[in-house]
Amino acid sequence: MMTPMDTSGPSAAEIELRGRFVAGLRGDASEYRRFLDGLTGFLRAYLRRRLPRAQDDVEDILQETLLAVHNARHTYREDQPLTAWVHAIARYKLMDFFRAHARREALHDPLEEDANIFVAPDTEPANARRDVGRLLETLPDRHRLPIEMVKLQGLSVAEAAQRSGMSESAVKVGVHRGLKALAASLRGST
Amino acid sequence: MKTDDLISLLASEAPAIDRRQPTRRYALAVVAGLGGALLLMAVLLGLRPDIAEAIRLPMFWWRMGYAASIAAGALWALSRLARPGLRVGPRWSAIALPIFLAWLAAATILAGTLADERIPLVLGHTWKVCAILIATLSTPAFVAMLYAVRGMAPTRPRTTGATIGLFAGATATVAYCLHCPEMAPPFWSVWYLTGMLIPALVGAVIGPRVLRW
Repeated sequence: MMTPMDTSGPSAAEIELRGRFVAGLRGDASEYRRFLDGLTGFLRAYLRRRLPRAQDDVEDILQETLLAVHNARHTYREDQPLTAWVHAIARYKLMDFFRAHARREALHDPLEEDANIFVAPDTEPANARRDVGRLLETLPDRHRLPIEMVKLQGLSVAEAAQRSGMSESAVKVGVHRGLKALAASLRGST
Repeated sequence: MKTDDLISLLASEAPAIDRRQPTRRYALAVVAGLGGALLLMAVLLGLRPDIAEAIRLPMFWWRMGYAASIAAGALWALSRLARPGLRVGPRWSAIALPIFLAWLAAATILAGTLADERIPLVLGHTWKVCAILIATLSTPAFVAMLYAVRGMAPTRPRTTGATIGLFAGATATVAYCLHCPEMAPPFWSVWYLTGMLIPALVGAVIGPRVLRW
């Protein structure tokens, strides 16, 4: 199905978000944060449209998708539309949710047709049912500590390495693995 | 944790991405997979005794090119399957083409063969073990490539698993070519392919579980 957006090249949202995301890939944390903020609005609206009968689950799936987007950052190819990449991830997470909840009827809605993720943002958060912070606490120390020190307490990698007695590269790998473990435990809790 | 807090958590200390990392992982998987298959072949089966003469025959290289081009086609498909939002589409023909050409060669040869010699030509001397041996040799490439792709984000796990298996089977076949005495396309266009399809089937079965993210 063609929409006006398809014929007029990439949408303004695609151009803006893509620019921020690519800057984030190069290490610009503040642009990356703006990308995540913008993406969150679009994703929330998208999920609310896709899940008319499961509004309570929207915020949980949204958080899971954000974490998936973050963990899969290195799989984006700069010559591909960001919309396609994000949509494939969001769709994958939605399918996962449908499978877990055996909402077979929802699978009959062709998800492909709604590929325009960046249409209208929804910046009104709902309450998540699941607490990511609590799940983080249940992770083993080797996954939890690097995330807590670097991401929550705001220590630099060097400081965290000093305090934990790990090497700097072990801290960096620890954060990365920890976020993957967090994503896995989110998956297990649905 | 609120969504906003999660965003803060993700955005803080998010280092630059090393763009060459996926390529390095695939390269490592190819080297480990092919190296492992060659080692298994050398230890379990041994080179064919007449290898020095065999490498002078064009058919030896056609046969190996067949396996190598399927491996390359599968790798190409994998590099897209492992990234969300990329389609493989017409690139699947890179895998289909060598398979089709080998069948064409086999059919041409069989057409010029007497009727009661056709079955022996297809079965060769080693049809009972060929596929199983290729499947055995495919284990290192299977594990190595599964590991590489698990570090990516495949959104079609069954197809991706099958393609990993096909890649591993084709890589194993490259190594197996150094052992196998069968040179007739009617033989290898059937049994080599069967050998590659065994790990592909395994990959399709375990993909949805093993490649979940």
